[in-house]
Amino acid sequence: MLGATAARLATNRAFASAQMGFSLGWHVVLASFGVGFPLLVLYAEWRGQRSRDPVYAELARRWSKVLGVLFAVGAVSGTILSFELGILWPGLMGRFGSVFGFPFSLEGFAFFVEAIFLGIYLYGWDRVSPRAHLASGVPIALAGLASAWFVVTANSWMNDPTGFRLVHGKVTDVSPWAGMLNPATPTETVHMLAAAYMVTGFGVASVYAVAQLRGRTGRYHATGMRLGLAMGAVLAPLQGVVGDLSARYVASHQPVKLAAMEAVFHTSRGVPESLGGIAYGGRLHLAVRIPDGLSLLTHFDPNSAVTGLDAAPAGTRPPVNPVHLSFDAMVLVGFFLLLVAGWSAWAWWRRRSLPGTRPYLFALVAAGPLAVAALEAGWVATEVGRQPWIVYRVMRVSEAVSPAPGLWVGLPVLLVVYAALTAVLLVVLRRLAATEAPGAQAAAPGSGREADLREAGP
Amino acid sequence: MTAAQALAVVLWLAVSCYALLGGADFGAGFWDLSAGRSARGDRMRARIEHSIGPVWEANHVWLIFALVVLWTGFPSAFASIASTMYVPLTAVAVGVILRGSAFAFRKAVQEPASRRALGWVFAAASVLTPFFLGAVAGGIASGRVPPGVASGSVVGSWANPTSWLGGTMAVGTCAWLAAVYLTADATRAGEDDLAEAFRARALATGVALGALALSGIAVLHADAPVLFGGLTGRGLACIAVSAAAGLASLGLLWRRRYVLARPPAALAVVAVVWGWGVAQYPRLLVGGPSLEAAAAPGPTLHAMLWASLAGALVVVPSLAWLFVLFGRQGPGAPP
Repeated sequence: MLGATAARLATNRAFASAQMGFSLGWHVVLASFGVGFPLLVLYAEWRGQRSRDPVYAELARRWSKVLGVLFAVGAVSGTILSFELGILWPGLMGRFGSVFGFPFSLEGFAFFVEAIFLGIYLYGWDRVSPRAHLASGVPIALAGLASAWFVVTANSWMNDPTGFRLVHGKVTDVSPWAGMLNPATPTETVHMLAAAYMVTGFGVASVYAVAQLRGRTGRYHATGMRLGLAMGAVLAPLQGVVGDLSARYVASHQPVKLAAMEAVFHTSRGVPESLGGIAYGGRLHLAVRIPDGLSLLTHFDPNSAVTGLDAAPAGTRPPVNPVHLSFDAMVLVGFFLLLVAGWSAWAWWRRRSLPGTRPYLFALVAAGPLAVAALEAGWVATEVGRQPWIVYRVMRVSEAVSPAPGLWVGLPVLLVVYAALTAVLLVVLRRLAATEAPGAQAAAPGSGREADLREAGP
Repeated sequence: MTAAQALAVVLWLAVSCYALLGGADFGAGFWDLSAGRSARGDRMRARIEHSIGPVWEANHVWLIFALVVLWTGFPSAFASIASTMYVPLTAVAVGVILRGSAFAFRKAVQEPASRRALGWVFAAASVLTPFFLGAVAGGIASGRVPPGVASGSVVGSWANPTSWLGGTMAVGTCAWLAAVYLTADATRAGEDDLAEAFRARALATGVALGALALSGIAVLHADAPVLFGGLTGRGLACIAVSAAAGLASLGLLWRRRYVLARPPAALAVVAVVWGWGVAQYPRLLVGGPSLEAAAAPGPTLHAMLWASLAGALVVVPSLAWLFVLFGRQGPGAPP
């Protein structure tokens, strides 16, 4: 009987982790566009109003339709996560809901603001003055930023739990503010927000780079590509700095996670920086090593000591391969995006225009999906790197998971639903991209701008 | 009033708003499903899409907010409910995602076949979601969610007479509210024939809902004695108000006073929600700890209350602008 319960708990743990990881990983892509895209749409609308340039106005109109779809799907896929917190992890929520639940309620209000003003923005084009319309979009962008910040503080709390004391196993001295403003919050929230803007920016640039490669080289597509790229390229170097700060934070507060990220098995001095490779048998094989690299990066001293996985008792170490490889993948993509940003900035500085060459456009096409991959890899590194803890060094995942029978069914159900959802979403986005620009006929005949707009069509 | 009581009021306000606003959006999906393929059916669907399009996402946030207040303010109750009720709550989650996505997708595509398929998903999910939410409410109210993690039956907690009643009442209530709201929306848009159609639907569902509520008395008497005792005791005033307001709303609909019919319709629904709360007070779970004992520590409750106050200062005027701009002037507002 006891054995059966333990087996069920192990099954529940595996399936619940997979379900949470999958639905979170799906949602975070949509959520990133929910944070970043309003800013691009607003910028296009503002430029359109200021310059009376129909290309910008058209971009704003069409992008707002895409925003409507992405935001709706992001909102509902986020709602599922709220349910899952209780369905899958009642042990976590029942015990610590009062400590780290508070930022979710602030997020709730931010989300109200987003949803309300999105309704006004999407449906209000002809109901309010152009200025009021533009203004109604500002709260969407601000509240999107705020809601993402609040949600990520809840995750950073799980990495660095503060705002309570455990006395004989009981949670006391609760301070929701201290829980929200835990030491992991500054780097983790900024890292994620920058990632959201980069995913949006490079994602948009990627779509228009594909169009350019297919011969749609008019101003409409060039402008769309430039706006997206500008957002991604501005954030890329900043993200390098924030990412470095994040790693330094992890090194000092979650050294075992850093050990998994860098595949350091034994605490020692003069630790090399290992790139790639496969870990088995307590060693990393086939990695490229830079001597003393990690010691130098972490403490600015090639002979400094770096904590290894052996610092944590057996049974409290995260799995190395998924954490190390996804961390390396994220960093690699980060450098690639930095390169793309630098290439673009160089060309813009020299010629006030972006390169139209195929290698450049192919690099941009790759940048969008790669930015999404880096986002996912980063989450894998931070979430798997925290294992086996759900609340770092306080509560294990196995203590939080629901013991309910049949819980595993949720994963296959969601996989089927999300597979259908993803397929239809992609079809709808393609249709939206393929619809002829409605303003094409409105432009004055014979003007160059009319030609620009007509190219927006198939 | 203690901080725990105040936060329970905030929670119940959120549940009430979700029932009134989110509920009407689900109900609109019910009528979308049953509008038929005729030309008038298409116009009905267009009216529905027009009415809920700008507001459904904001209305949906009430659900998220209620969940958040529950897990932060009364964490153990949230853990008990979510773990015991994981089957219907997963159904709700899937319903929420299908409803919202299908609605947004339908707006974005033009082909009639795709629109029909997406509309069907939107409408079916709009019926299933409130049904399972009502079933969860019925299970909680009939004492089938004991305190503790996953301590209740994962099937019996929602597959029982009170849950069937709760689910059916929820679908009926959503449909009724939507029909009442849509009569006035259609009149304002000059679509008098649609207003007549929605009036007929509102009257029919209102009567059916009344009959369901009356037969529900017998169900609760047999299946949920604690709730029955509470509703016929302390909660009786709420139930009486609900019945009177429901009748008043039906009378006003009969006389085609569509805008005036809204406030009593909303009151009838809110009174049932509060009647349940009053009947179960002071326990969130039947047989569970008192509100005070189940509540989060003081600092968390205070932070939540201050945040709710500050949030209301931002959200209420914004919501007012949204509703004024798009015609649905709230269930209680004058024309």
